[in-house]
Amino acid sequence: MKINPDKCVACGNCTYVCPMGAIYIDPVIKRATINRDECVECYACYNGLSVEHMNPSLVRTVRKILQLGRVRFDPEPDVCPTAAFEPDELQWPRVIRRAFSDPRATHESTGVQGRGTEEVKTNDVTHRVKEGEVGFTIEFGRPGVGVWLRDIQKMTWALAKAGVAFEKKNPFTLLMTDVTTGTLREDVLNEKVMSAIVEIKVGVERTEEIIQLVHRVEKEVNTVVSLGVGTRCDEHGDENVVAPILKRLGYKIERAKTNMGLGKITNPVEVKGTGQKIELVKEG
Amino acid sequence: MTNTLHRYGSAESFDDDYIVFATPSNGKNDVDSIPKLKKFLEMALPFKPVNIGDPVHGGALRPSRELQTSANWKRDFTPDFRAVIDGINEPASVVAIFDNQLAAEQFLKVAAEADLGLSVNMSASVEGAEECFKFAGITRHSVGYSLGFEGATEKLPNTQILTLSTMCGHGMISSSLAKKMVDWVKEGRRTPEEAVTYMTRFCSCGVFNPVRAKRVLEEARKKME
Repeated sequence: MKINPDKCVACGNCTYVCPMGAIYIDPVIKRATINRDECVECYACYNGLSVEHMNPSLVRTVRKILQLGRVRFDPEPDVCPTAAFEPDELQWPRVIRRAFSDPRATHESTGVQGRGTEEVKTNDVTHRVKEGEVGFTIEFGRPGVGVWLRDIQKMTWALAKAGVAFEKKNPFTLLMTDVTTGTLREDVLNEKVMSAIVEIKVGVERTEEIIQLVHRVEKEVNTVVSLGVGTRCDEHGDENVVAPILKRLGYKIERAKTNMGLGKITNPVEVKGTGQKIELVKEG
Repeated sequence: MTNTLHRYGSAESFDDDYIVFATPSNGKNDVDSIPKLKKFLEMALPFKPVNIGDPVHGGALRPSRELQTSANWKRDFTPDFRAVIDGINEPASVVAIFDNQLAAEQFLKVAAEADLGLSVNMSASVEGAEECFKFAGITRHSVGYSLGFEGATEKLPNTQILTLSTMCGHGMISSSLAKKMVDWVKEGRRTPEEAVTYMTRFCSCGVFNPVRAKRVLEEARKKME
């Protein structure tokens, strides 16, 4: 993202809306400026601010006159008055920032918006997490802190060493050059993103071990970690396996996401070798 | 949609926060899912959701690319639910937010009876969701628990700001903006209703709950934590 200095009037509205706090009024040029190292290309400024198309020279003159009298105009706080934000054409590896930060950017690797993973919310049709298994979503940088990918690698190394399998249909897994070691591509390590989810699946008996491992390694990672634990319910819709473990570990579970099991496989299925597609409605 | 899972707050603080969403899965049921996604939100409307949305276009209150200068004095704060439904043109999650359990559980029942074949999830307090799916006669399939925030939590803002900013789990509502809105409400520069609409417009998928946000702003006006 960039701010057109010919248009910017240094109103300061955008300095508050940047989730990474990376926009500031440069005291020398007197224009809003983006700290490119800290910017994660989330587009909150470009997509979130409403836009007026006022004449920049006129706005600057009015602002100067008001400032002389120590009067401050009280404009709407979610508006860029001169449409000064202009998206950059992002190149590799910087494009990674946007893929993991702008919820409207679809991850090309998985075809999913947001964080690029469906986790247990489609478990009724994907069967990602089966009975007796636990799916972990270990999210870095959220809320509102951000994370350097090199920091996440400390966790993926530790998880790989513990012998866990990374979810294949997760965009972060696809940044790894070696899933057996959890090693990321060298050229993305110095990229910062809003947040990224490492997704793994283990047998339920390893729940406590993984939580302890995350606790241990997160101390070496200079950001916030949001931990989610997903599991399959039994045939009665009860879940009496993982919740007791979490409670024993001292967690007070305030919030959960419940998959209601209403999904069905309805996409036409190709009959092998014939090219013919048939409808196959299958209960999740 | 882990962006709804990790909202900050105690279970009691989610009494006015029930999120119901329908998700097509790539390669499983995404073909011809757009009419179903529209129908899902159509069915939600009679139960008076406080917001609806999709991750491609946003929620019921959106920023404008052509704002008139007069908006600085007179601005339209009316959410446009119809625009959300009409605008769905990709197979992606759609979401309806309710500020009370009664509406959420009744909608869930209707959604189950409609048998759209999409995955339907509820993000709420554990107990709140349980009461809803029991009311709707649903045997749930899976559950994802939030264990909250860990690690360098010293980087996080105070609890009221966190409550506001985490209502957009994609992180599009910055803690600086949330703090500014609390300050403006305290100073009397804007009403809580106005402050809520500014934040709502930044949420890119419509999961922001304006009713809960207004409550938090009212509380923060009298006592900032």
